[in-house]
Amino acid sequence: MTDRSTDILPVGQSMGGVSDQLTGIPLHFPVERRWLIAMVVASALLLLLMVSVIALFTRGVGIWGINIPVNWAFAIHNYVWWLGIGHAGTLISALLLLTQSEWRNSLNRFAETMTLFAVVCAGIYPVLHLGRPWYIYWMFPYPATMNVWPQFRSPLEWDIWAVLTYLTVSLAFWYTGLIPDLAAARDRATTRGWQIFFGITALGWRGSAVHWLRWSQTYRLTAGLAVPLVVSVHSEVSLLFAAGQIPGWHSTIFPPYFVMGAAFSGFAVVSIIAISLRSWFGLKNLVTDEHLDLLGKVLLATGLMTAYGYVFEVFGALYSGEAHELQTLSDRLTGAYAWTYWGAIVFNFIPLQALWWRGVRRTGWSLTLISIAVVIGMWLERYMILVTSLYRDFLVSSWGAFTPSFWDWSTYFGTIGLFLVPFLIAIRVIPLISIFETEELLHEEKEHG
Amino acid sequence: MAECAHGLLAEFDSPETLTSAAKEARKAGYRNLEAFTPFPVEGLAQILKLPQPNIPWIGLIGGIAGGSFALLMQCYVSYDFPLNVGGRPLYAISAFAVVMFELTILFSALSMIVGMLWQNGLPRLNYPLFGASRFYLASKDRFFLCIDADDSEFDEVRTLAFLRQLGASSVELVK
Repeated sequence: MTDRSTDILPVGQSMGGVSDQLTGIPLHFPVERRWLIAMVVASALLLLLMVSVIALFTRGVGIWGINIPVNWAFAIHNYVWWLGIGHAGTLISALLLLTQSEWRNSLNRFAETMTLFAVVCAGIYPVLHLGRPWYIYWMFPYPATMNVWPQFRSPLEWDIWAVLTYLTVSLAFWYTGLIPDLAAARDRATTRGWQIFFGITALGWRGSAVHWLRWSQTYRLTAGLAVPLVVSVHSEVSLLFAAGQIPGWHSTIFPPYFVMGAAFSGFAVVSIIAISLRSWFGLKNLVTDEHLDLLGKVLLATGLMTAYGYVFEVFGALYSGEAHELQTLSDRLTGAYAWTYWGAIVFNFIPLQALWWRGVRRTGWSLTLISIAVVIGMWLERYMILVTSLYRDFLVSSWGAFTPSFWDWSTYFGTIGLFLVPFLIAIRVIPLISIFETEELLHEEKEHG
Repeated sequence: MAECAHGLLAEFDSPETLTSAAKEARKAGYRNLEAFTPFPVEGLAQILKLPQPNIPWIGLIGGIAGGSFALLMQCYVSYDFPLNVGGRPLYAISAFAVVMFELTILFSALSMIVGMLWQNGLPRLNYPLFGASRFYLASKDRFFLCIDADDSEFDEVRTLAFLRQLGASSVELVK
């Protein structure tokens, strides 16, 4: 245990007080009005998604701006972006659990919740992009009457296994960590409805020593599996690109480059959520300035690693000396979509440098603004990787352009609703910070400090 | 393993008092003990002499099953419908590795979680202890030690006095 972990939470808090505070959030919801306003906005966005999807299913993918040669645009671009955001939740929760960084205990619950819904948003995109989404089951190996099977030597087939595994394991890990807290909420609930809800979801957890022993082993081992899983999932996503021959995609740097970018954008979203929730629910005693400081440092570190990826992407193209690679590089730097490249650089890396200052990291609004810039920057990066490689590939005669249509944008903004609606419901009904892990940390602090 | 469906439930107000009480109870010859805490308490498992769980083995078996299933499935698909793609190998282990890796993790994680719940006897929504008047604090900030009535040393009056003397803030008979 490091020295830092002994003073991450302010001293003088009682375990019972923290437990009451956190179970009180679902049981006696303190910010009804603000929550309702957020819910109305989120529901409007979700409605927009439903309208967009109905339009898509009745008229086909032609309503999007995609066409040959740019036939993978918003659908895949936002898929990668959403999935990347999701990865930070698993990394915070699992990686920092294994390294015994106790500061994660105030962040892991809502970060994991964020992961679940971000993966859902990511997961619907390839399905929508199928054109005939009702044939999604063709991706699964089942004894078909035509005697054909899925092609397991294709990254497109790997994708569905990776994403479904990731969603299932994230859900199982999240729920396993939630059970003791659901039991705490069950024991505090005073109304019949909540007693039934938490009574059933807590599965009858009673905190027996032998249960805790098995539970801790399971939780740690699952975390140990989740870390390589995250790395494998986003590496696999990058292979959707890197396994093809398109210049600008066919590069060995892609798997680590994608994983770093994913963690970078995800930590930015975790920071935004952490800062919003602590001011909404008055949680400054649990999500402290120290937490923001650490989040800021992680954001800075992953950002610099992503920047390293940018440098080596350029280096790879130059070093290859291959005509098409060089042409794609010059298209990125100076072509019709150069604004996405330079936009990504500016939004991702310029405001980020402010995080070298301790005061900037520890202030809510400045960390939020930098995080928003990173989210935009990473969105532009994924746009850039998709479009600049496709719009001018090998054959000059088939060069083209891509402009997102109204339906591209409406589907994209709609997925933000698809993320926010279940997330807002989750913070309404479950303890949004892990209660027992916070209590455990308070106890350890008292013992050692 | 002590089920503690019927016995004496003693309440303590810190993990330290609970662990020292558990130590004393073991010394006094009680064997059917069970503790209930709001969070995992370090050292309690050793004091209660709980057997080391077999979760890692379940995970290992699950992982091997998942990986082999994925390998066999992909090989069978290539065998049943051989598709020549530019002369590349039909049984391409490097290409099959991704799905193998994913299913290894999927089966391993799920088997550990299901195995943990199964061995813990969960879900079981009701339990005799939930009838105890102060047991709802076991999920908050109180630490409970239960001596099962099945224990050979158990005697309602003597055990109650023993628990009081260990510093329990309340002792209750659970039926």
